[in-house]
Amino acid sequence: MDWLAEFPSLGKRDLRDLKKGIDGSFREWSRSNGDAIEAFFDPLYFFLVWLEKLLIATPWPIILIIVAGLAYLGSRSWKLALGSVVSFMLIGYFGMWKDMMATISLISVSTLICIAVGIPIGILMSRYDRVQSAITPILDLMQTIPIFVYLLPVVMLLGIGRVPGLIAVCVYAIPPIIRLTNLGIRLVDKEILEAADAFGSSYRQKLFSVQIPLALPNIFAGVNQTIMMALAMVVIASMIGVKGLGMPVLQAVQNQYLTLGLMNGLAIVALAIIFDRVSQRYGQRLQAHRYGKEHE
Amino acid sequence: MSKTKLKIENLYKIFGPRGKSFIDPVKDGMSKQELLDNHSHVLGLNNINLDIPEQRIQVIMGLSGSGKSTLIRHINRLIEPTAGAITVDDEDILSMSQLQLREFRRKKTSMVFQKFALLPHKTVAQNVAYGLTIQGEQESIAKEKSHKWIESVGLSGFEERYPAQLSGGMQQRVGLARALATDAPILLMDEAFSALDPLIRTDMQNILLELQKDLHKTIIFITHDLDEALRIGDNIAILRDGKIIQKGDPQQIIMKPADDYISDFIKDINRGKVIEVKSIMQKGSSKGTSLDSSCSLEDALKVLNNEKNNECSVVDDKGKKIGKVTLDAAIGALFREKASRNKEKYK
Repeated sequence: MDWLAEFPSLGKRDLRDLKKGIDGSFREWSRSNGDAIEAFFDPLYFFLVWLEKLLIATPWPIILIIVAGLAYLGSRSWKLALGSVVSFMLIGYFGMWKDMMATISLISVSTLICIAVGIPIGILMSRYDRVQSAITPILDLMQTIPIFVYLLPVVMLLGIGRVPGLIAVCVYAIPPIIRLTNLGIRLVDKEILEAADAFGSSYRQKLFSVQIPLALPNIFAGVNQTIMMALAMVVIASMIGVKGLGMPVLQAVQNQYLTLGLMNGLAIVALAIIFDRVSQRYGQRLQAHRYGKEHE
Repeated sequence: MSKTKLKIENLYKIFGPRGKSFIDPVKDGMSKQELLDNHSHVLGLNNINLDIPEQRIQVIMGLSGSGKSTLIRHINRLIEPTAGAITVDDEDILSMSQLQLREFRRKKTSMVFQKFALLPHKTVAQNVAYGLTIQGEQESIAKEKSHKWIESVGLSGFEERYPAQLSGGMQQRVGLARALATDAPILLMDEAFSALDPLIRTDMQNILLELQKDLHKTIIFITHDLDEALRIGDNIAILRDGKIIQKGDPQQIIMKPADDYISDFIKDINRGKVIEVKSIMQKGSSKGTSLDSSCSLEDALKVLNNEKNNECSVVDDKGKKIGKVTLDAAIGALFREKASRNKEKYK
């Protein structure tokens, strides 16, 4: 009755050979194609470096003015704009200005990539049920698979640095915007779509003049979630060499520097709160017309 | 009778994945219930034949679930039929390609919806101009035209408001203006006034009738409200379980209900107000006062009662004598209600 006590499994040697074989062929593949893939991501790298340098090179008062302006334009709230400026000043005062700029550039670029890739995928999912049923499990996978599992092949392919970090952040942060774009478009009132059809709209007209505008609040909730998740990845991304506020946190964890960890951690939290509140307020304002608040 | 604008022939709609395969059983008499119980398919429309005359208001009446909204959506192919033919101006709607269909929807038909279906993120002016914008009309022309229609439905000054800022009645005026703005000859109105309260509804009916005097559109008007049907319909078709059970002008429906279902339907209406003298007119002539053929029974009774021999002559709209009417006939028409009140019969 031995066979009952132990689960029938592949022999140890076979298993080792299998793993070795796959590892070997992936390593080989990445060695022969690594350069090409790296070249493919080069523009991304240059953009990221350019933005980071630009942010660091810009005099700090100008950055503060831009921050205040964007926060006010997004939320139409002086309190939020003022709060953002004060937070930035505090972070800078405690010597984290450069790291903060690096983090902001990473978050901005990854959010832009997620929007540029995620919204079209979401639109396709909303149009074709088949695409939806094909992509949903992939999104589930992306959201549940331990980050390090996909971090490894990315590092093997592209080495350590900003671009693999960026890809890791995007993989982690893109699902919500895809899901909420799809959901938002699918939730648009059927009667309104019927009206658009009845007046002879083409698919494109319906998409751009009815579906996307009406789905915007949901799409924006997706953007908000994407930003939040990208920020959450900052520390993990620093493990593969991404500069920014995550790096000191990592150092602090490794060396038990309590204050360093706390300060940088709080700076990330402050950024998260600012991004979240401003983008949420903006999303809410997009919805104003529904309740007729805007002109009353 | 004016020329036929829209012809619906042998139209069937069976909802469900294998609708087509049940066409023949349904033609052979399979009932709606049987189809639902044994095959889980829903019989939406059952052999609809209807000629809709040009420039008239055709009302399609029925209770909820009778298929009236399904029927109106076949006319601009928002719903595809399972079998049958629909022609507009002798053009086959069902053989149109997607592109032709889009063009047809843009130029030939427009639609007003029960729940308004306005675009909440666009202003009143933008909503009214929607059909024109889609057609690629120049902005200035679209603006001018939409302004004109906003004015004609009495919403001047509200151009820059959003739909959510308007009351239900005002929103439906926007819906009406949007439908009229494209100048399409066919106007489809799907329970357009059903969501409005009674006073506003009467208001909207008046606006529609007033506009129709100038516009002469071919209007297909869906309603579940008999009073509304009698008030605005030039012709009425009554739908039940996806089947037309009677069609005719309002007088015919009231004077000669096709079955118990319809008699019961019409039993609560004010016959004195709805029935017109021409429906009870007899041959011959009388020396009494002249009554207009479209004079209501209520008004006629007063006159007849004052006449010496209780008789009046009837004249058409050109003043030509076409018959006579007696007090007895008028009273008879008021009480001509032999309908069985036994509702169980058709439940």
